Amino acid sequence: MAAPKYPALDTLALHAGQSPDATTGSRAVPIYATTSYVFRDTEHAASLFNMERAGHVYSRISNPTVAVLEERVAALEGGVGAIATASGQAALHLAVATLLDAGHHVVASNSLYGGSHNLLGYTLRRFGIDTTFVSPRDPRNFERAMRDNTRLVFGETLGNPGLDVLDIPAVAQIAHAAGLPLLVDSTFTTPYLMKPFELGADLLYHSATKFLGGHGVAIGGVLVDSGRFDWGKSGKFPQLTAPYEGFHDMDFEDESGTRAFLLRARREGLRDFGACMAPMTAFHILQGIETLHLRMPRHVDNTRKVVTFLAAHPMVESVGYPELASHPDHALAQRLLPHGAGAVFSFNMKGGRPAGRAFIESLRIFSHLANVGDAKSLVIHPATTTHYRMSDQDLKKAGISAGTVRLSIGLEDAQDLIDDLGRALGAAKKAVQ
Amino acid sequence: MNFAVDGKQVFAYTAAHAIDAARPSVVFLHGAGLDHSWFGLQSRYFGYHGRNVLALDLPGHGRSDGPPLASVEAMADWVVRVLDGAGLGEAALVGHSLGSLIALECAARHPARVERVALIGVAYPMKVSEAFLEAARKNAQEAFDMSTIWGHAPQVPLGGNPNPGMWMYGDTLARLARLAPGVLHSDLKACNDYAAGLDSAARVKCPALFLLGRRDVMTPPRAAASIAQAIAGSRTVQIASSGHSLMAEAPDAVLDALIEFFA
Repeated sequence: MAAPKYPALDTLALHAGQSPDATTGSRAVPIYATTSYVFRDTEHAASLFNMERAGHVYSRISNPTVAVLEERVAALEGGVGAIATASGQAALHLAVATLLDAGHHVVASNSLYGGSHNLLGYTLRRFGIDTTFVSPRDPRNFERAMRDNTRLVFGETLGNPGLDVLDIPAVAQIAHAAGLPLLVDSTFTTPYLMKPFELGADLLYHSATKFLGGHGVAIGGVLVDSGRFDWGKSGKFPQLTAPYEGFHDMDFEDESGTRAFLLRARREGLRDFGACMAPMTAFHILQGIETLHLRMPRHVDNTRKVVTFLAAHPMVESVGYPELASHPDHALAQRLLPHGAGAVFSFNMKGGRPAGRAFIESLRIFSHLANVGDAKSLVIHPATTTHYRMSDQDLKKAGISAGTVRLSIGLEDAQDLIDDLGRALGAAKKAVQ
Repeated sequence: MNFAVDGKQVFAYTAAHAIDAARPSVVFLHGAGLDHSWFGLQSRYFGYHGRNVLALDLPGHGRSDGPPLASVEAMADWVVRVLDGAGLGEAALVGHSLGSLIALECAARHPARVERVALIGVAYPMKVSEAFLEAARKNAQEAFDMSTIWGHAPQVPLGGNPNPGMWMYGDTLARLARLAPGVLHSDLKACNDYAAGLDSAARVKCPALFLLGRRDVMTPPRAAASIAQAIAGSRTVQIASSGHSLMAEAPDAVLDALIEFFA
């Protein structure tokens, strides 16, 4: 018998989750634009509802097109399975709401996307779930913030806005010693640059809107479970290890072992919160994933060239990219992100807000908008957009200066991007002279 | 449900039903390195359709205390002590891979306790390669990779999973990752060492179903022919699309075959 060999990531990106359609022979993933599925007979219907048979009942819970995306991302990440959601934010909410009740506590990195910070710091507090934010730079900060009621440890693989690299092996070890799972937002790295489960994370999610979809055409999220966290052994998660009245007294771990988390997340979270993904969205994101392994190296290669250009430009005070020796997480990035530290980064420009305005308005190729991870290069100046109400002092507290500019580097010709940035930096210089 | 056998804790999934000795019973026996949840959909069905279900974690697996038992014969006798512990006189046995050898041997040794047997993904002899055994003995990742890749039809990593959103390879690897060191090797060695198959098959007098996957590279259908012929009146059902992990790869076809067999 031939030695065992797994399909490579490139192959999984194109194939995982889908066989050619048995009815039509369709090679591309069909878009099953249907809300519901005809039962063979009443016995079949009852068995599907009672989870005695595999299959689809209603597209809020599962859909064949969406299931291809879920299985494909699970395969790319090495998880037991996945659940696609209406957005990345919905994926984070689904993870938290599946594991935590009112009165529970999260320890989270303070280096987070603003939307995640809002959800944890404000919105979930209204529902009795408290969060302590800590600097991820020292993994022991997570341990120091833990309480008896802590149920989740959370961070981003590459944090906002300074690209702090989460030391997943160290944080996972701390979380596991406390009987807690580690959830990571893997949006900026994708499975091409990092496999968080191989480093010790237990759960992860993507804003699939970004690099997975890759073309800025669809909003979506994907939540993936490694299946490695032992909920029973932890003893802190009766949500998964005790009978649940909301699903016929099902004990999810008794029922499905390694699939307990996803079973409850789908059967309760999608059923009741309803933040499911539409099949057309899944199709768009699948089209993006099919070239993930081709796009990500180009994203990173272009980013390295742009970073080198900016780091040497006289109008630039600093560039925050973990591959630079000046970045505080440079050594960690070399260890955990050998294929590149992504394609989103910030740099600080001289000249404050007036220079920032002139810079943005002079760009021709970069699009000024609030997104990252598009095939097209994107730019935003937080001090005049997302954070425009903040004083310079408050910006500093958020790790942003009046001259901070965030770039998401796309797939255009690198020299064209450098020329565009050079022209705009020249305009910024003139604006403050 | 937890109960004691030989002074050790045994876990059995019962589909959230209490055991009622007046009802017919089905015992599910998993394969090497796995646990009760490998039969998730099928065991749940029978639990909600009038039968006592005991989907067991074999000793040293899942939530049952270790160590694992060293031979198929020892496991077959253990199943009868499980029935005693659960207060059940007889039961149907549904086994997969290693579990199918246990079911076969139990039916031969304890005919009064076994009402019928369904043998899924079975072969005799169930020889395991030296390389596989050696990797398992070392508890090397390569052993888990062999178990995962050979344990499914070749198209599985590229094809769709009938269970929406799940990736079969990942699920198998996650289960194997939870095993205590040495358990997979013990199971594989028990399969490899089992030498009573033909004699035991000839002694089986109860109804027997062979449920085989045509794309099974671990226990291909031709490797079950000798024991299928040795059991008088046995029936064989082949599932064209499935590899060795029939309950996951073809859950409905497996369930339909079992429903018909139990009818």
